Amino acid sequence: MHFALTEEQKMIVETTRSFVENELYPHEDEIERTGHLPMEMVRELQAKAMEAGLYAANMPEEVGGAGLDTLSWLLYEKELGRANYALHWTCVARPSNILLAGTDEQKEKYLVPCMKGETWDCLAMTEPGAGSDLRGMTATARQDGDDFILNGTKHFISHADIAGFAIVFMATGEEDTPRGKKKLITAFFVDKGTPGFTVRDGYRNVSHRGYTNSVLEFDECRLPKSAVLGEVHKGFQVANEWLGATRLQVAATCLGRADRALNHAVEYAAERRQFGQQIGKFQGVSFKLADMATELKAANLLTWEAGWKFEQDTVTEADMSMAKLKATEVLAMIADEAIQIHGGMGLMDELPLERIWRDARVERIWEGTSEIQRHIISRELLRPLGG
Amino acid sequence: MKVLVPVKRVIDYNVKVRVKADGSGVDLANVKMSMNPFDEIAVEEAIRLKEAGKAEEVVAVSIGVKQAQETLRTALAMGADRAILVVAADDVHQDIEPLAVAKILAKVVEEEQPGLVLAGKQAIDNDMNATGQMLSALLGWSQATFASKVNIDGDKAVVTREVDGGLQTIKVNMPTIVTVDLRLNEPRYASLPNIMKAKKKPLDEKTAADYGVDASPRLEVVKTTEPEARQAGEIVPDVDTLVAKLKEKGIV
Ligand SMILES: Cc1cc2nc3c(=O)[nH]c(=O)nc-3n(C[C@H](O)[C@H](O)[C@H](O)COP(=O)(O)OP(=O)(O)OC[C@H]3O[C@@H](n4cnc5c(N)ncnc54)[C@H](O)[C@@H]3O)c2cc1C
Ligand SMILES: Cc1cc2nc3c(=O)[nH]c(=O)nc-3n(C[C@H](O)[C@H](O)[C@H](O)COP(=O)(O)OP(=O)(O)OC[C@H]3O[C@@H](n4cnc5c(N)ncnc54)[C@H](O)[C@@H]3O)c2cc1C
Repeated sequence: MHFALTEEQKMIVETTRSFVENELYPHEDEIERTGHLPMEMVRELQAKAMEAGLYAANMPEEVGGAGLDTLSWLLYEKELGRANYALHWTCVARPSNILLAGTDEQKEKYLVPCMKGETWDCLAMTEPGAGSDLRGMTATARQDGDDFILNGTKHFISHADIAGFAIVFMATGEEDTPRGKKKLITAFFVDKGTPGFTVRDGYRNVSHRGYTNSVLEFDECRLPKSAVLGEVHKGFQVANEWLGATRLQVAATCLGRADRALNHAVEYAAERRQFGQQIGKFQGVSFKLADMATELKAANLLTWEAGWKFEQDTVTEADMSMAKLKATEVLAMIADEAIQIHGGMGLMDELPLERIWRDARVERIWEGTSEIQRHIISRELLRPLGG
Repeated sequence: MKVLVPVKRVIDYNVKVRVKADGSGVDLANVKMSMNPFDEIAVEEAIRLKEAGKAEEVVAVSIGVKQAQETLRTALAMGADRAILVVAADDVHQDIEPLAVAKILAKVVEEEQPGLVLAGKQAIDNDMNATGQMLSALLGWSQATFASKVNIDGDKAVVTREVDGGLQTIKVNMPTIVTVDLRLNEPRYASLPNIMKAKKKPLDEKTAADYGVDASPRLEVVKTTEPEARQAGEIVPDVDTLVAKLKEKGIV
């Protein structure tokens, strides 16, 4: 076992970090203040990100990505994660892996424009009545000859406002299982502008200014069979197969921001003087730093290990849940303590800490709440014992 | 035309440098090392020449410790075609002096027959500003130092030099040695796909002995010290006092 980064990984970190610091950081304040990304700026940054080969680098080489192994990809995500989320997600987009599950025609129509930065994807599962319990969804697609007719509402759908299309999960039937009835789910591509499909502004939320969420409404929205992603009734299988690593992606982006917050805290503790000495000389401050650094290292190691196992195809659900759980909770702790170490200044928007603290909040909720991660971890422990 | 670009592994310019306790030099153990920034500019210029169809091949060469391989990988990831590593020391603290570097480079030039050597004007670690000039003397080639603009025109290179008091444009015969200054270009990021591809590009490993060059140090470092800490300033009540103070100190 060894933990050293390869030469390539070091270079990936270097390129991505320079880009984030030089090209993204300068726009952060404006987005925090306005909550809006001007399209002119988006286009300019997209072009720069493409030149640096950072745009959609999560994708395989065959479709124009960088062909990164899992660990290299996570290192890249960590560096991007340092910056305002809306900025990196929009201007250095990582199209969803699930687009690779499409047919050749679907890849041509949806993946290619995402790779070129002409549009963005969005993924709609959550409903007002179905969050953690996705199978409890009530939005449906009923078959009508060769067509499907969609009805229902999805909410909290990230950046559906700028996306050119949505990948939507709908209930398409039920099956009997030993544990009772179970809903069958199908995934569809739905283009913006399809009659019966409306995207409305969602809620304003505390985290990730500039990164919007929308409400998607379907009212007798008719789609041809060619809009099905994967197979009919097999929507969750497609999702499980292609979206497996998104928890690691969340973990990695959190590690980047946690590292940024910790660096601020360390520098401030060495610089700020009260009572005639550096505040870092007070154990009340220095022990905080020690705990922050230790927890962050633990979260890093959990994430890299899960990434390494993902690459070897030996990763378990619990491995990925542990990484996501730990990284998101450590980020929250570090953001909070970094503010504490800065005293009143930590709350002010002169520094990125107050927003890292706000942004940390959503990470424990999306991509599976902390409770759901604990549920997955404990299930893996207890199941062999019949639990 | 083939372009040869020497690149040096130096302490990263962002690192807060610490002097070793015995004053023999700067502490390089576990310190971030990077490509000398001037060399990055040279690599960028070489790649641009290739993109413009004026060069066919860009070869990066580094002389130093084995870890300089990382620096060469960066050059390859930026777009160099292949690399040559000449191991001339085992200890990361041993600096290879300009004359030894120039002698080795002269041998590499003999072997590779480039039409142009593009080097940084100096390395930011010891600021020698000598390698390019010495190489020119050893080879008997023309030289154009401190370049802020390079234009290859057949068998001539037209180079704008940053000299005290302005810019000087000279025309030199090819093959030639150009050392580059800060304003020549803005180096690109090593793009992610190119980083992945760099792994597959050839990197030859040689030693100083292969070229029959003795790279052991000739210079003796007597002492290394930190720059003196800046003195605290003084706030004066008005402009008159300021002017008086400046006069008192003989500054105006
Ligand atoms: C900003 C934002 C963007 C989002 N973007 C998207 C998107 O693009 N696409 C999309 O489909 N969804 C998206 N979501 C939805 C997100 O995935 C859900 O919010 C998340 O899955 C939780 O669902 P919920 O909010 O309905 O909470 P609920 O599931 O109602 O949970 C409420 C509470 O109950 C707890 N709980 C629920 N079940 C259990 C259990 N079995 N054991 C213990 N505790 C339990 C939860 O942990 C939580 O504390 C987004 C959410 C947010 C906030
Ligand atoms: C919104 C807001 C409104 C305010 N309003 C007012 C106001 O109206 N009037 C006013 O006078 N002030 C006001 N303040 C200032 C407030 O009282 C100070 O922010 C507070 O006293 C902390 O001081 P500081 O921010 O300079 O942090 P510092 O004192 O610099 O503290 C930095 C860190 O060092 C730690 N630390 C410092 N000394 C020690 C020690 N000896 N041992 C262990 N740890 C130590 C602190 O706990 C903290 O974690 C306001 C502050 C805010 C944020």
